[in-house]
Amino acid sequence: MTTTATQVEHTQTQTDARPLLLEVQDLKVEFTIRGGVVKAVDGLTFDIKRGQTMGIIGESGCGKSVTARAILRMIPKPGKITGGRILYYRRPRHPKPGEEDKVEVIDVTKLDPDGEVIRQIRGGEIAMIFQEPMSSLTPVYTAGTHINEAVTLHRLLPIKKLGDQMVERIMEYRRVTKEEARAIAIEMLRRVGIPKPEQRVDSYPHQLSGGQRQRVMIAIALSTEPAMLIADEPTTALDVSIEAQILDLMRDLQRTTNMAIMFITHNLGVIASMADEIVVMYMGKQVERAKVVDLFYNPKHPYTKALLQSVPRLGPKTGQRLASIEGMVPDPLNLPTGCVFHPRCPAFVAGKCDKIVPKWTQVGENHWVRCLLYEE
Amino acid sequence: MVNYIIRRIGYALILLVLVSFVSFAIIELPPGDYLTQKIEQLRARGDRSAEQQVERLRQRYGLDKPFLERYVNWAVNFLRGDFGESFEYERPVSEILGARLGYTVILAIATTVFTWALAIPLGVYSAVKQYSLGDQIISVISFIGLGMPGFLLALIVLYFAVILFNMEVVGLFSPEYERAPWSIGKVLDLLSHLWVPALISAITGIGGLVRIMRGNLLDTLGQPFVEAARARGLKNRTVIWKHAVRIAINPLITILGSDVFPSIVVGSSLVAIVLNLPTIGPVFVDSLRKLDMYLAGTCIVFLTFMLLVGNLVADLLLAWVDPRIRLE
Amino acid sequence: MAVAAAPAVPAKRKELSQSYWSLVWYRFKKNKLGVFGGILLIVLYVSFALIPEFLAPYALENRSQFVEAPPTPIRFVDEQGRFQAPFVYGLERRVDMVKRLRTWVPDTDRKYPVRLFVQGDEYLLLGLIPMNIHLFGIDADPREARIFLLGADALGRDYLTRILYGGRLSLLIGLIGQFLTIVLGMTLGVISGYYGGPVDMFVQRFTEFLAAFPNIPLFMALSAAIPNYWSPIAVYFMLTIILAFLGWGGLARQVRGLVLSLREREYALAAKSFGASDRRIMFRHLLPGTTSHVIVIATLSIPGMILAETALSWLGLGLRPPLTSWGTLLQDAATIRAIRFTPWLLWVVPPILLTIFAYNMLGDGLRDAMDPYSGRG
Repeated sequence: MTTTATQVEHTQTQTDARPLLLEVQDLKVEFTIRGGVVKAVDGLTFDIKRGQTMGIIGESGCGKSVTARAILRMIPKPGKITGGRILYYRRPRHPKPGEEDKVEVIDVTKLDPDGEVIRQIRGGEIAMIFQEPMSSLTPVYTAGTHINEAVTLHRLLPIKKLGDQMVERIMEYRRVTKEEARAIAIEMLRRVGIPKPEQRVDSYPHQLSGGQRQRVMIAIALSTEPAMLIADEPTTALDVSIEAQILDLMRDLQRTTNMAIMFITHNLGVIASMADEIVVMYMGKQVERAKVVDLFYNPKHPYTKALLQSVPRLGPKTGQRLASIEGMVPDPLNLPTGCVFHPRCPAFVAGKCDKIVPKWTQVGENHWVRCLLYEE
Repeated sequence: MVNYIIRRIGYALILLVLVSFVSFAIIELPPGDYLTQKIEQLRARGDRSAEQQVERLRQRYGLDKPFLERYVNWAVNFLRGDFGESFEYERPVSEILGARLGYTVILAIATTVFTWALAIPLGVYSAVKQYSLGDQIISVISFIGLGMPGFLLALIVLYFAVILFNMEVVGLFSPEYERAPWSIGKVLDLLSHLWVPALISAITGIGGLVRIMRGNLLDTLGQPFVEAARARGLKNRTVIWKHAVRIAINPLITILGSDVFPSIVVGSSLVAIVLNLPTIGPVFVDSLRKLDMYLAGTCIVFLTFMLLVGNLVADLLLAWVDPRIRLE
Repeated sequence: MAVAAAPAVPAKRKELSQSYWSLVWYRFKKNKLGVFGGILLIVLYVSFALIPEFLAPYALENRSQFVEAPPTPIRFVDEQGRFQAPFVYGLERRVDMVKRLRTWVPDTDRKYPVRLFVQGDEYLLLGLIPMNIHLFGIDADPREARIFLLGADALGRDYLTRILYGGRLSLLIGLIGQFLTIVLGMTLGVISGYYGGPVDMFVQRFTEFLAAFPNIPLFMALSAAIPNYWSPIAVYFMLTIILAFLGWGGLARQVRGLVLSLREREYALAAKSFGASDRRIMFRHLLPGTTSHVIVIATLSIPGMILAETALSWLGLGLRPPLTSWGTLLQDAATIRAIRFTPWLLWVVPPILLTIFAYNMLGDGLRDAMDPYSGRG
């Protein structure tokens, strides 16, 4: 756990030159319930570049799932986006000639949640997979039907035409036919590693195992060639061995498609193997953000440190008590004053931490913290 | 799957036999029989030769033979299409029931269609727009419908028909078509009259089904696959109908066969009595009152048969719609 | 490494009883419809079942010459437009030669003031106390004038009286019948669920068989089978028993299901480990766990029973005269001729509907109160 300054510098030499895909700016989401207003997300800011894997980690109820749904405007009632912006840098999926590099910036928070634009984005440009593969597939439709539905909705095939100067120019696009959709479905199932895909494409969810179902979900998500995949605890409900396979699969697919991934989990071990950059959330606020190596070897925020310490380790030092974070998650309707973490913080400073709300401070290259310890 | 159907049909046949046997036994229960009543009637009219007439009739109908023998005779004949003879009308049962059977089936089917066609959309709307004004209105209406028994509603409708429109009879045909041979015109006439008793009989069922559909759909809408479908960019309407309702509706199909259809068969019988429709209901009740054995027994068998068919159809429908059941 | 002090303990609230039934009562009180239904039922049962003799102006079988008289409205303004204390006019017979009908028209020469707490026909209040005070009536020789708030029937009997008395039989048959159903159904259900094995199989098959039977035709047949010469009371009880069979199969199945899930719960196993006898476990421990469900099912089934009796009696297959219930009253009311010429006979319908709705509202309220997970509005 000791780090040297030089080590830190070495990992920071590469700067990220990939284009922006998603920018979340000071996002605020509130739920109005009978007891009051719950600030599920309070001032979240981060960005994701094309091809990058961003991890979001935190305990249950910290707001990470709400964030995912906010991006797709799928926050369930009585939740509402009450502040901030979500900017999506959209490249045309089916560009007309000359438009290939055009980038359209869309503020998702301003879109009509039932409108056409968000529905194009959902599933077609930003896809999402969920925690429970058991019940995330409609029980009466086959795997093939699911993929068919997504592909028919989102994928258009170019109609190649011979244009001027004998150069093939893509003028128009058309929807896929049933046979093409089925072929795509079988191909996708093969790519996600399902054996005998020609038969499995007609299987119903109850005929598949948990791991297979999650593979099917990934296949559905990827069949539309999205720019980003949001994975909300995708392996939490799976056995450890299956989990490893699914994570391998996701990394593999990302390499071949250059797709961005927003990976949400509470499991530190999983995120270490998946993410480039990590945001740590607590009670709706982001408390730290850093590249993966920095976060694990040089954590700044006391909460992050406590999380890392609470991971059980195999090793020679048996007999040690399992470390846990003192105290309990506070009542969201009755948040502590000042820094939200202060009742449980081992580095608590009376008079400061319970009075002043810490600001988002930079502590290194691409490393930010929200803690009074680092404010000048 | 085929096995399953064969087994169900087998059970149904056994059940039919049992039901017919028990029905006959019950009709046997009261002391005396149709003829005893007839004797009393004739005697009351001062007809002394009654007893000899009746002895003849008794022999003719085989009422002097023991119960089992009579039942077996009847059952065997039943399979050949001879349902026995009615004492009251002194004609074969098949002749009396004849067309009434057809109308009973048509009325039952029409009522079922009405129930379904109204209850599902109302239930879906109620669930999707939960707590809205529309939802509350629908809740009140379905509550009232649930409690309102068909025959009382028919009575109220009849009252208004008589008082307001001076209509004596709410039947299945206009006077000119009543005895006419079948034609397109007659079919249209039937349809234009059919909807009144069908709707009356459907009200109770609608009341219950709307609330069940609402409850089921609310449960289903909270399930993960609905959210997953929405995350794939499907239109709201598609998510609700193609995914949520498709799943939520399965228990209703079972209920249709086991609860709704039987209550329709029974309820429309009572409505038919109020409105004097040419279905089985009025004849059946009459035959019970008069202990007209073969007529009553045949009616019960047919009603049971309808129920069993309805049940089987519902089960088959469920298997067709839900692959989880089909592939067991 | 100081840790912040724990937040202050909130002040101790008043100790509220948290027993299951007090929670249920609390939740039930919040359901306005349910409470309304309950109150309505109390009013109905008191009026129709307990004190109909008092509320009705006449005795049940008190005939008069005023055959098929229309309702006599209580008036406050006489024929000259003057305000008066409430009164009714006497009735005069007219014969309509065209329609060949006898009709009754108000006779403005004879006014009879309406009074409260009038002396009239004698009766036994609650079957015990001899009384002759009626809630309202007119001070007149009953052979000359009567007050028919809801008209008179074909024998000149006050229809309001008949509806009130008739309600007693109809309302009670629902209650008694349901009580029998509960006793039968619960006993069988708990035995079947607890013992399992062959006992359970047998009861299961039996209830399945009963359920497959077309109910109403069967009960029609059974009711028709009640011999003519039985005394009316015997007929009444037989009918109640038959109706009890309507629901006990379903109830037994529900109870069985509940018992199956409850018998493996800790408290049942604990009781067994103390050496409690089977019977004790079944009746003292398992049954009470099913009570809430049974109450809801029972309440919601009573209207069905009342309706069944009404329908059967209406068809002539149930109660026979001289017993009077709402169903027997319907017999006279539900003909074309009656609707046309004596439509006030249909006044028997609203009390039936009121009773059904009251039970449904109460049952719904109870169900929401007893089941903490069904809070979907």
